Amino acid sequence: MKINVDEERCCGAGQCVMLAPEVFDQRDEDGIVMLLDAEPPAEQHGPVREAAEMCPAAAIRLSEGT
Amino acid sequence: MTTRPEADANSAHPFPDFPHPRSSACPFGVSPEMRALRDRGAVSRVRSWGGSTPWVVTSHAEQKALLADPRLSADFSHPGFPSPVDPEKAGRGRRDMSFVGMDDPEHARLRRMVSGVFTVKRMRALRPVVQKMTDDFIDSMLAGPRPADLVQALALPLPSLVISRLLGVPYEDHEFFQTNSRTIVSSVATAEARSTAHTNLAGYLDDLVARKTTDPGDDLLTQLGERVGAGELTRQQAASMGVLLLLGGHETTANMITLGTLLLLEHPGQLAAIREADDPKVIADAVEELLRYPSIVHLGRRRTALEDIDIAGETIRAGEGVILLSELANRDPSAFPDPDTLDLTRDARSHLAFGAGTHHCVGQPLARMELQILYPTLFCRVPTLRTAVETDQVPFKHDAVIYGVHELPVTW
Repeated sequence: MKINVDEERCCGAGQCVMLAPEVFDQRDEDGIVMLLDAEPPAEQHGPVREAAEMCPAAAIRLSEGT
Repeated sequence: MTTRPEADANSAHPFPDFPHPRSSACPFGVSPEMRALRDRGAVSRVRSWGGSTPWVVTSHAEQKALLADPRLSADFSHPGFPSPVDPEKAGRGRRDMSFVGMDDPEHARLRRMVSGVFTVKRMRALRPVVQKMTDDFIDSMLAGPRPADLVQALALPLPSLVISRLLGVPYEDHEFFQTNSRTIVSSVATAEARSTAHTNLAGYLDDLVARKTTDPGDDLLTQLGERVGAGELTRQQAASMGVLLLLGGHETTANMITLGTLLLLEHPGQLAAIREADDPKVIADAVEELLRYPSIVHLGRRRTALEDIDIAGETIRAGEGVILLSELANRDPSAFPDPDTLDLTRDARSHLAFGAGTHHCVGQPLARMELQILYPTLFCRVPTLRTAVETDQVPFKHDAVIYGVHELPVTW
């Protein structure tokens, strides 16, 4: 799994930070997403998929597979 | 706005009138008129003020897609923007709601000056402060006479105090800003009254921002004042952002506090589960369902198409108005099975009560945290809480763009 985040689209809602705190964080100054791990280990895939699904700005894109 | 042949009111299928008042017979239900709109399809046209024929979007999937679509503009000043109030009766009035009525990139530039206040980290740090405030307001209510009005005892003061602290607004001025805020969100107030209320609040915040430059605090208005000093913001922009956050920070949450409390009282079996819950996830899930079910943003989120958009078999043309009805999205059976049943254990997180896309409510982490603290604290500390009047005697806000109740007499 490879994660791409779109900082332009991000609305700083923080859903991803709550669902997968080892993968996502927020900048202190404006709450915009910071990607901590672009290729997270398998045990994070479930929470990351949920974060992508729940993101209100559709700012998280996943490429799965290889 | 261009009128297409099928928009002819004399045709066999004239567009239904919109908006219609929320039904007072069933305050938490979807009205027959709204159901009829949904039956016309995910995307259809209505006839609104002055013969305008904006689109309404009724389904969850299409609303979610459109709210995140940059081809839709939130700019109030666009000629095709569908007015939420009748411009004939109320005039456009003054609707400077800062970045809410702007598009990116200026929207994002301004929004990101305030969004850092609402990070997950900041909200966690604020939790014990909000818990203490909640307990203090409940103490005062319990020490006072019965029945009490829950709106004045708890629902308005709690979020007002919290947002006042974050902004650096003296809470002693709460009557002034609450009264003016109420006028701004009223859909029956005259254009003049709304304009005066807005001018009052903007002037008040402008003075405050100016004062912060000589008497700074650890608060958002001080930060905005610094940005004015650095030339990143005008004083008017800073005041306007202050109005938006002050108003948005208390009026909406206050309405959710009362409506959620009423809903919980009407569902005692489910309420018991909240009271006994020791898992924060149970409370968090319940709050999402309480946000989904009544959908307090009334009359829809409004946009103008900047380009032609093909969606759900229709084409929305550039320049046409679009109204996204979250109260229907949140009762869409394809997103929420058995949507008219309140079920505090369901996964309701994908509701659109806070919108979606770039304009997703900037204060939602704060609202969620306040509600997650308030409901269990209220019902644990006041286990015998009940309404002091029948539900059909409760004055619901059928006259406001943010749904709620004017007062909620409770006893215990």
